[in-house]
Amino acid sequence: MVLSGRMLEPEPDDIELLLPWHAAGRLSVRDARRVDEALAGDPELARQYAVVREEYAETIALNESLGAPSVRVMQKLFAAINAEPERRSFAPRNLATRIQGFFAGVSPRTLAWSASLGALALLLQAGVIGAILVKNETTTYRTASLSMNEPVTRAQGGEAPPRALVRFVPEARISDITTLLDTYQASIVGGGKGGMFQLQFGDHAMSKEDVASLMSRLQGEKIVNLAVPAQ
Amino acid sequence: MQVLYGRHHVRVFRFGLRLVRDEQVAEDLISEVFLDVWRQAGKFEGRSAVSTWLLAITRFKALSALRRRKDLELKDETANAIEDTSDDPEVAVTKKDTSGVLRQCLKALSRDHREIVDLVYYHEKSVEEVAEIVGIPENTVKTRLFYARKKLADLLRAAGVERGWP
Repeated sequence: MVLSGRMLEPEPDDIELLLPWHAAGRLSVRDARRVDEALAGDPELARQYAVVREEYAETIALNESLGAPSVRVMQKLFAAINAEPERRSFAPRNLATRIQGFFAGVSPRTLAWSASLGALALLLQAGVIGAILVKNETTTYRTASLSMNEPVTRAQGGEAPPRALVRFVPEARISDITTLLDTYQASIVGGGKGGMFQLQFGDHAMSKEDVASLMSRLQGEKIVNLAVPAQ
Repeated sequence: MQVLYGRHHVRVFRFGLRLVRDEQVAEDLISEVFLDVWRQAGKFEGRSAVSTWLLAITRFKALSALRRRKDLELKDETANAIEDTSDDPEVAVTKKDTSGVLRQCLKALSRDHREIVDLVYYHEKSVEEVAEIVGIPENTVKTRLFYARKKLADLLRAAGVERGWP
């Protein structure tokens, strides 16, 4: 009796099926713990998870490269809304429902991070203000001859420093993140969207090789779940 | 409405674009989606996230748009030819650009597979939310993504990239 190829193919087990949601941070605490335990004891599964994380990063990068709709769309939409016979406000019936809807739309990791980000934003703001003060102080004593040595392209606003979209692991503490920011001379320039934060590294442009090396080092950090270059 | 549009229009557009593979159609689509949302706002009862509701409407409208186009397959080929300005998988792999190959293979997946990969990896939807958007049982959601990933691995292998799974 000949078995078909389909019959010989082993069915995936439940943990294997959950790996993509684990990478995206969309499992319940119980399931996430089950997956973590399985990953710790199964090198084959851990290898597959590395593949999943690669797919996850590239899917985000691919979608982010798709751009955005033109302004024409918004103009067309609001012209159509204005032409509607009866204007209705977009407001669900009560505030509790709206709040529930909003938070239901935020991934657990984003929620976990929102509070931390608030505190971090205060720290960063203080840092930025301090940096600006120091910078202004320094420029007061700059001489004309010093500026002559600076590359013209920099003075004219040359290439921007590299940026990356970074997702931290849920267990990361604020102190871990500030250390990482210090180590990489990075600052958070945007974030929260989908639990990803946009980081800028230093104030100089880097070569492609340097950016690739930077991403590789970042991805190797314990508290970094995902790091992909951003434009 | 401006706030809702501002917060969600880019993701809705990208989801629609990945389904219909035509920027003009995708732009028309999001206009229709948000107009429908405006008209049906009272029907939203907060049982699911707003983004899940928007993606479900987008999907429905994208499929309707695709059904209206009799030349769907031809359009797919044309769109591919236009949008894929980067190297094809074989060329990219010779340049050792695994990342580029992977993106090309993600584009080459079937619509069902593209949709589920995007919903989980990019839109970060849970199993339950994907089931609601696509209208299939939760177990089917899990297995469909698993087989989408296997198909992706097949495409990568055909392009010369071996990742050690499956």
